[in-house]
Amino acid sequence: MLKYIASRLLTFVPTFIGVTLISFAFIRMLPGDPIIVMAGERGMTEERYAELVTQYGYDRPILTQFWDYLTGVLQGDLGTSFVTKKPVWDEFFALFPATLELSICAMVFAIMLGLPAGVIAAVNRGKFFDRTLMSTALIGYSMPIFWWALLLIIIFSGTLQWTPVSGRIDLIYYFPNATGFMLYDALMSGQSGALWSAIRHLILPTIVLGTIPLAVIARQTRSAMLEVLGEDYIRTARAKGMSPNRVNAIHALRNALIPVVTVIGLSVGTLLAGAILTETIFSWPGIGKWMVDSIFRRDYPVVQGGLLLIAVMVMIVNLTVDVLYGIINPKIRKR
Amino acid sequence: MSFKTKLLGMAAACVVTAGAVNAQALVYCSEGSPEGFDPALYTSGTTFDASSHPIYNRLVEFKVGTTEVIPALAESYEVSEDGMTVTFTLRQGVSFHSNANFTPTRDFNADDVIFSFDRQGNPDNPYNQVSGGTWEYFGGMSMPDLIESIEKVDDYTVAFHLTRPEAPFIANMAMDFASIVSKEYADAMLEAGTPEMLNQDPIGTGPFTFQAYQKDAVIRYLRNDSYWGDPALVEALIFAITPDASVRYQKIQAGECHVMAYPNPADIEAMQADEDAVVLEQEGLNVGYLAYNTQVAPYDNPDVRRALNMAIDKQAIIDVVFQGSGQIAKNPIPPTMWSYNEATVDDAYDPEAAAAMLAEAGVEDLSMKIWAMPVQRPYNPNARRMAELMQADFAEIGVDVEIVSYEWGEYLDRSKDVDRDGAVLLGWTGDNGDPDNFLAVLLGCDGVGGSNRAQWCYEPFEDVIQAAKTESDQAARAALYEEAQTIFKEQAPWATIAHSVVFMVTRPEVEGYVVHPLGGHIFNQVGLN
Repeated sequence: MLKYIASRLLTFVPTFIGVTLISFAFIRMLPGDPIIVMAGERGMTEERYAELVTQYGYDRPILTQFWDYLTGVLQGDLGTSFVTKKPVWDEFFALFPATLELSICAMVFAIMLGLPAGVIAAVNRGKFFDRTLMSTALIGYSMPIFWWALLLIIIFSGTLQWTPVSGRIDLIYYFPNATGFMLYDALMSGQSGALWSAIRHLILPTIVLGTIPLAVIARQTRSAMLEVLGEDYIRTARAKGMSPNRVNAIHALRNALIPVVTVIGLSVGTLLAGAILTETIFSWPGIGKWMVDSIFRRDYPVVQGGLLLIAVMVMIVNLTVDVLYGIINPKIRKR
Repeated sequence: MSFKTKLLGMAAACVVTAGAVNAQALVYCSEGSPEGFDPALYTSGTTFDASSHPIYNRLVEFKVGTTEVIPALAESYEVSEDGMTVTFTLRQGVSFHSNANFTPTRDFNADDVIFSFDRQGNPDNPYNQVSGGTWEYFGGMSMPDLIESIEKVDDYTVAFHLTRPEAPFIANMAMDFASIVSKEYADAMLEAGTPEMLNQDPIGTGPFTFQAYQKDAVIRYLRNDSYWGDPALVEALIFAITPDASVRYQKIQAGECHVMAYPNPADIEAMQADEDAVVLEQEGLNVGYLAYNTQVAPYDNPDVRRALNMAIDKQAIIDVVFQGSGQIAKNPIPPTMWSYNEATVDDAYDPEAAAAMLAEAGVEDLSMKIWAMPVQRPYNPNARRMAELMQADFAEIGVDVEIVSYEWGEYLDRSKDVDRDGAVLLGWTGDNGDPDNFLAVLLGCDGVGGSNRAQWCYEPFEDVIQAAKTESDQAARAALYEEAQTIFKEQAPWATIAHSVVFMVTRPEVEGYVVHPLGGHIFNQVGLN
């Protein structure tokens, strides 16, 4: 198993270098000069412009800039934001826990509902349950996030007043955000009602962000289950008199999980893309909105550093998925 | 009373602030995050709302709701006979805030004033490079050329020696970049090796003290109980950062915030009918325009420019692009600004007369470019749509229009070219309420190849605005600017399109909120009923 993990880790190196190069090149390929954008309609004199270009180091050859960036990255220095003048690293870790907390909740929500839905649909193939669940999943998959979020806010926060409109916790609670994970910080604050308030604030964003992965997981589970249910060993298990629930849960589901785990791993990218919209609507202080704002402001250090860190996260998730394959199917790790 | 309204009531009644309990918290749903808390480093209104207005003061300030300049940290000022020296007499007994790292040992004095400006203009000042200081406004308002030296006459008297007489200087001193920071705090932070704290954990003399900022989420302030002026009416001020306008409105309805900025124009009608919302409005201090390139034929002929102006159906633009939240502009300065010339007559919308005028000027089969900005601005919420409407209007008089656009940075840069091809949609929001800030910046000869997108340098106009710049008598200045507007209208270097109307939405229990013409959101005078 260790050898398997080590071989997976080795593939990290070229990917990491590639991502560093792409993230550096990506923002520079976009038209628009960060210094002119910063000055806006007011503009600036040519001397002032030249001064700033020198101050930010953009008059140096592009290869020198890349080399400096790369050596900085290897030493753990991602640069300083043009706009807030704070280190990219600090900004990322101030915001990332919010995105992570939301993403984990959304993923748990998607898996908890998506897996059983897919299994039930497969077992009841062609029947009422199957058709209803799969049509609902298709609707969920096609739903524009922005519209879906506003609809939920209007119904549950506006009309029914069951959930708060946006934010992470009611403003009456104020305590230091020690870890940035609101559920944990609220629990540790000892302020009565803080945890409940944080949970209530998580409900709608979790549903919105989890909807597309939920639909994908449900559909994938259904088709993988259907495939497995047609296998000989399932018929054998049934013939041996094993209860249908046991056959479905132990023999069928475990073997159907490989493609499902793959989809879950791939959903992390979707989740981060969805986080951008979800975070904007629910005023959720995470990295999605931070990245979008930075792209508009051409904040080079934030965009390249943020992209790199997000890419590393996705790589780690994919590594985890690879390891999970090995656990689910021992044949894979022996190859 | 709904559950959420109860919650807000609770928030208002007991803001739990790290153990301390305060009554009355005002929650403002703001549209974005501040870039930092040192206003001299930045240029965005969102940053000023969170920094210069609650935390700091300036030597002079704009009276809330007007562009009138009133004394603040300076009790009075005197301009010398030749206009070259402005002497401020400072207020005594004003204390700076304290925080966990700093407690002031002395009151505000002349050293703080000198430090606040010296750090922006003097490369040798240790704070000049701190936080990547680019001091955009200080440079943009020509302070480096204008201020020759700043002299400490005594602890409470400061003299600014200027290189030339400049009437708008006083108004400039009321701008956000001129906020006064504590030299004692700056020195202490420099010594502690954390000079960036001046920007991150701000200390000022303003009506609120900074308490905490959770990035992209919440900013908290507490009332400054030893404030030198009228103390704030609420004990705590909270900015709930809410980027989406529809969500801000939902939060107002749900009672999660008391005041919101920038409503969607499409929601205004519903808000006006909503008993949970009070809609306030005021003309913005801005102008949106179409600038011809007056150095390129046939737009070097004022008759051609006026003919094109007459072909534009501005009312349709107000209805479609601004959805009613704008008013037709006839002058290059907004009507809320002093010296606005009521007497000028706008070019009437008359396509037939326009076509005849073009023919008379010998222009046939004209095809032109209109540049549409890629971004939304208060003075132009949808430039593409505006350009399309103009395209249709110009087609009616036989002028063929191609719409072009570039990425925002490119757009700003390329539109400055003196030999640029085409007319540019752009606009301006005032900085200091002084007509010079519009007329000289946007239409003066110095701006050609820069902020003067019409590339228009017209001697009679230039003479008038230069005379107004050095004149210290307000009435005489107003008369000169009125004359400048008449000349502008005759020469028509722009088609003046619109001034936007700024809307603010509050809950019914909010008292004393005033929409500020300079665009800031100010809460000292706001109470909760």
